[in-house]
Amino acid sequence: MRTSTPARVGQYTALLAYLVFLAFPFLWLVSTAFKPPRELGSLHPTWIPEDPTLANFRQAFDEQPLLHAALNSLLAALAAALIAVLVATPMAYVVARRRTRLAKAVTGWVVVSQAFPFVLLIIPMFLVLKNLRMINSLPGLVLVYVVWALPFALWMLAGYVRAVPRELEEAAAVDGAGRVRTLVSVTAPLLAPGIVATGLFAFITAWNEFFFALVLLKTPEKQTLPVVLTHFIGAEGVADLGPLAAAAFLATLPSLVVFALIQRRITGGMLTGAVKS
Amino acid sequence: MRARLLALVLLLLLAGCSSGGSRDDGPVTLRFQSLAWQEESVAVTRELVAEWNATHPDVRVEYVQGSWDSVHDQLLTAFEGGEAPDIIHDASDDLADFAYGGYLADLTDLLPARLKADIPRRSWETTTFGDGVHGVPFLQEPRVLIANARWLRESGVRIPTPDRPWSWSEFRRITERLSGPGKYGVAWPLKEPVSATLNLSLSAGGRLFHRGADGKVTVRFEAADQVVPRTIHDQVGTDRSAAPTTLGSGGSDTLPGFFGGRYAMVPLGFSYRQQIVQQAPKGFEWQVLPAPAGSGGPAQGVSPQTLSIAEDSPHKKEAAAFIDFLLRPSNMVRLALGDWMLPTGTQALKDPALHTARHGWATGTALAEHLRPAPAQTVRGYPEWKDKVATPALQEYYSGAIGLRDLRERLEEDGNLVLARYQR
Repeated sequence: MRTSTPARVGQYTALLAYLVFLAFPFLWLVSTAFKPPRELGSLHPTWIPEDPTLANFRQAFDEQPLLHAALNSLLAALAAALIAVLVATPMAYVVARRRTRLAKAVTGWVVVSQAFPFVLLIIPMFLVLKNLRMINSLPGLVLVYVVWALPFALWMLAGYVRAVPRELEEAAAVDGAGRVRTLVSVTAPLLAPGIVATGLFAFITAWNEFFFALVLLKTPEKQTLPVVLTHFIGAEGVADLGPLAAAAFLATLPSLVVFALIQRRITGGMLTGAVKS
Repeated sequence: MRARLLALVLLLLLAGCSSGGSRDDGPVTLRFQSLAWQEESVAVTRELVAEWNATHPDVRVEYVQGSWDSVHDQLLTAFEGGEAPDIIHDASDDLADFAYGGYLADLTDLLPARLKADIPRRSWETTTFGDGVHGVPFLQEPRVLIANARWLRESGVRIPTPDRPWSWSEFRRITERLSGPGKYGVAWPLKEPVSATLNLSLSAGGRLFHRGADGKVTVRFEAADQVVPRTIHDQVGTDRSAAPTTLGSGGSDTLPGFFGGRYAMVPLGFSYRQQIVQQAPKGFEWQVLPAPAGSGGPAQGVSPQTLSIAEDSPHKKEAAAFIDFLLRPSNMVRLALGDWMLPTGTQALKDPALHTARHGWATGTALAEHLRPAPAQTVRGYPEWKDKVATPALQEYYSGAIGLRDLRERLEEDGNLVLARYQR
C-alpha cells in the first residue's frame, strides 16, 4: 500500500516538528553555553551567539572539579549498568520462561516496587549503608543504583526474553544442543539488543542521578557530575547561567555518544524471518 | 574466556570505585560545608580556609561544597545518619526544624564575647530558637529597587534615598507615571511571593504572625499587612503599572526586560547587582534605590546566611574558633564583597569598601540598620503554611483571580489550621 504524497508530507512535517520539540532544549543549552553574560541578559536572544566565547567553559572548569566528577559519574554508572545487567539477565530468563507462581509474584513485586518514591527510601537506605560503612563511597552509591535500576531492568529484559521464540530453543535442542549451549549460542545473541538497551537504561539512570549522590557522598573528591552541577545554582534559584549551561552541555555529551555508538544495536529487526508463523 | 574478562572488568571497576581511606588520625579535622556559589565568594571562602589551615596546623578545616538548591534535604539526611558536617553554612529561615530537632549545637557558651558583641541583637534573634542560639548570622541582603537611572531622571520623579524613601502610595503613583504603552513602571518577580510580601510588609507595620501569651502563633491579616499586597495588586490590575507577566518569574527572568527598556524598576535582592554588572548592556545606567517605606519606616525582614555547628560534632570548641576566625571584621567584609551582600557585624559594616556609591553599595549599607528578622522564620509549620496556603493564595490575589477578602480568609482560616497542627 503506497502512501499518498500529501499524507507523506504531513508525516514528515509532524516528524520534523517532533524533532524540533525534542532538540530545542538541547540546542538552547548549547547556544547558552557559548554566550557571554551580556547576551544572556538580552531581551532579544539569538540562536547563534553574536560574540561566541569559551569563557563559560573556562569558568566552569576553574570553579568546579568537573573532570574528576565526570570520572566518578562514569565509574559509578558503568559499574551500576554492568552489575544490573549481570544480575537481571538470568533472573529475567527465569521469570519469562518459567510460568510458576513465584515468577508471577516476582513480576508483581517488580511492578509494585516502581510505585515507591525514592524520598521514601533514602533514609532507610542511608542507615543500611551506614551500618555497612559504605556511606561516602562510590561502591555504596553503585549498590544503591543497582538496587534502584534492577526492578525495571528485570521487567524490561523479561519482555525481550519473551520476544525470543521458544521454537528456536526447541529447534536447537532437536539439533542436539544442550541447555547451556542453547542459551549461549541461540538465546544470548538474540537477547543482545535487549541487554544493550537495558544496560543503557541503567547507565543513563545512574549517570543522571542526583539525589542519592547528594545524600551519600560527602567529600568533594567523590561527588558525581549532577551534584557538582548544582554548585552553579545559588540561593532562591539564581543560577550562574553561562557556566551552568557549559557544564550541563559537557554532562550530556557521554549519553549522546553512547547512544550514537550503539543505537543500531538497540533497533529491532534481528528476529525478522527467524520463525515462520 | 569472555566470562573471565567480564569478571575482571567488574573487579577493576569496583577497585576504581574504592573509598580511598578514612579520616586522618593526627590533627583534628573539621568539615566545613559552604554554600558559597558565585565565583568570587567561592574563591574568598577557599582562601580563608587556606589561611586558617596555614596558621592552625592542629585543626585542619576541610572545605566541602554544598548547594543552596538542595541543602535542606541533604542536611536532614546527614543529621539522621549522624554524618553531618561539623560547620554548616545555611540561612536562618532553614534552621528552625534542625534547631528544634536538636541537630544544631547551642552556641551561647561557645562563641567569644567579641563576636557576640559585634553582631546586633536583632540579627541574633534570627538564629535564636527557644532558649538557644543555633547559628551565627553573618551575611544579609535587603530587597531594593534596581532602577533604570536615565528613565527616572528623564521622567523628573523624586529620587528616593535611604533617609527619604518613597511611601507605598507615592511608589504607586510614580510607577503609574512611568508607565506607557508596552512599558511598565515596575516588574515584580514574584515566583516566591510569600517571603517578598511578608518581609516588605514590615515597613508598613505588618506582622501577620501573632504570638499569644501561651506561646502559640496565629495568623491575622490586618490593615497593616494589607498595604504591600494591595499596592502590588492595584499596580498589576488597576493601574497597569506593573507587568503582569513577571508575577510568576524569578528575579533573573526580569533582567532582559529591564535592560530592554520595558520596566523602569525591578525589586530584587541586593546581591542581584552582580548579575546586573555582568549582564547590563554597555552604556546602560542603573541605580539602587531603597524599597518603599510605610508607617514602620524602611524596615524589612531578612533571613541572614548563617554558620552553625552540628550537635554531633566532637570538636565544637575548635569549630567555634574557626567561625570566629572566619567572621573577623576584615574577613566578614571579604565574604560580603564576594557575595555582594551586607555583613551583619557592626565593625565590618564600617569598612569604606561598603560605603562607596559604586554599584549602590552605600544605599544598601545605609539600610542595614533597618533590617529585622523575617516575621515567619521562627514559626513552626511556616514552610507548610507557605507552600500549601500562602503561595497559591497570594499568586491568585496578585493575578486578580481572588479579592482581598478571599485572600484574608485563606491566609487566616486555612493558615491557622496548618499552624495549629504544629502547636499541639
